[in-house]
Amino acid sequence: MSSARPSRLFRNKSAKIAAIPMIVTALFVFVGGTIWTVVYSFTKSGLLPRLKWVGLDQYERLWATRKWLVSIENLAIYGFCMLLFVFVIGFILAALIDQKIRFENTIRTVILYPYALSFVVTGLVWQWILNPEFGVQKIVRGWGWESFNFDPLYNADIAIYGVLIAGLWQGSGLVMVLMLAGLRGIDQDVWKAARVDGIPAWKTYLLIVIPMMRPVFITTLVLVVTGIVKIYDLIVAQTGGGPGISTEVPAKYVYDSMFRANNLGQGFAASTMMLLTVALVVIPWAILEFGGSKNHD
Amino acid sequence: MTEASGLPLEGPQGPKPRRVLSRRNIFLYGTLFVITLYYAMPLYVMIVTSLKGMPEIRLGNIFSPPMEVTFEPWVKAWSQACTGLTCNGLSTGFWNSVKITIPSVILSISIASVNGYALANWKFKGANVFFTILIFGAFIPYQVMLYPIVIILREIGLYGSLGGLVLVHTIFGMPILTLLFRNYFSSLPEELFKAARVDGAKFWGIYFRIMVPMSLPIFTVAVILQVTGIWNDFLFGVVYTGPETYPMTVSLNNIVNSTQGVKEYNINMAATIITGLVPLTIYFVSGRLFVRGIAAGAVKG
Repeated sequence: MSSARPSRLFRNKSAKIAAIPMIVTALFVFVGGTIWTVVYSFTKSGLLPRLKWVGLDQYERLWATRKWLVSIENLAIYGFCMLLFVFVIGFILAALIDQKIRFENTIRTVILYPYALSFVVTGLVWQWILNPEFGVQKIVRGWGWESFNFDPLYNADIAIYGVLIAGLWQGSGLVMVLMLAGLRGIDQDVWKAARVDGIPAWKTYLLIVIPMMRPVFITTLVLVVTGIVKIYDLIVAQTGGGPGISTEVPAKYVYDSMFRANNLGQGFAASTMMLLTVALVVIPWAILEFGGSKNHD
Repeated sequence: MTEASGLPLEGPQGPKPRRVLSRRNIFLYGTLFVITLYYAMPLYVMIVTSLKGMPEIRLGNIFSPPMEVTFEPWVKAWSQACTGLTCNGLSTGFWNSVKITIPSVILSISIASVNGYALANWKFKGANVFFTILIFGAFIPYQVMLYPIVIILREIGLYGSLGGLVLVHTIFGMPILTLLFRNYFSSLPEELFKAARVDGAKFWGIYFRIMVPMSLPIFTVAVILQVTGIWNDFLFGVVYTGPETYPMTVSLNNIVNSTQGVKEYNINMAATIITGLVPLTIYFVSGRLFVRGIAAGAVKG
């Protein structure tokens, strides 16, 4: 950022007027709304928000509810696998595309298009592809492997992995693009030097290139994690939380408590827990990124 | 092919003979081909399924191309598909989405661009505090703010209406758009701004006569970002609108996941692809600008 902006010289009303929507949004919606929800998570709100204090009751009840525990477990499984695979796939794709290949644009376009689609569309397509009666299972059985079983969306034990397949298909393109930008930002001399020293390509990636791409990895990580915590539409469209409650997630728990079960307090407590999860990732990142140097702006 | 020496290979290096069918190339292009097929497959399945009749779907498999192409599923998905309550197809949802997206895009971009401009060129005391809050606000899970916004919308009488949803989209588009515009305006040469000041131009004069005309690319990026984002939204649609005003994603979900009646997979897939058509078209037409839009979220301010 350049420093010599005519900052205090031109005290103009217009600029302040122009910033009113931002100030209102920041203060009333983001700060105000968050505080409001956290405060009301300590109350006995049911159909309507009421300031009747019950301390940590909502949280105790939350952590004693099986649906919430399943939600947390699913988020953990989905989150862990998503993070792992989305980075591995995204990076490998970027590395492959970075090999000065032909048709780069076409390949990149095809890999990224799922990201343009909504989670609802993504969920519905994969619901259809994974349909055991018509989809992948039927095809493989048609090839002669009669006992082949692949019905993740109908098997409570593995349903969340069915969602994972869809999530990876939708989201890996984004990671690929970000990683590719990171790879392209690396000085070609690094590669030359590594080659002169006879270091094999995979080692160069692992020991030199990836450490150099740390900032890209961190920003991507923050983006991916916040996306994972928010996961909602994909579940609603693909499985509706089922079979049973096997693919419930926290965001859905919040929605269901608030708008279906008329149990606002539970919704507030659950969303506060979601906020806490995000804060655990974002705050350390913010400190790392912006904490040290004050002269960023 | 570019020369092979630019590639990371194992073993002793030197200028290598250019061989198109080297083992490396076969492996590389083979892998990429399979990957590309995998990513393209769901789109293919959607299209193929939507063009088949139900008897054919029951007999064949999801990958087989239609023997008899029929557009009836598309027509039905558009105007007759049932959600369990009504049987108006997707058309209502489509027009609702149009009525939501256009004003939301215009409003959010106008506000955020002026805001970004104020932050970049007319910084006032405390501006950065609000900006920081705004950016951190982008990380807060929406679920935390869902209900407070319900209350705000109820207070101003917009709960359940399209106008309310427009306002919500404007609010939640603000962090990323403001960041986008602020960074872009900061990167413009400062002399321009100073020269205009010397010539006596004021806040709005500079904005409309200099900043906006110079920033068409970033406005395009913002439009792409917002149209796809708002069109694809589901959560806000389902929370802040009612059955009459549901956006397309919500009607799509209600049609496909409605528990009543026999499942008509061809109609479901036609409906799914119709809903995906708007963002897909934008994506394929805009190309690099789309990538720039999503990368904007990753670039730190």
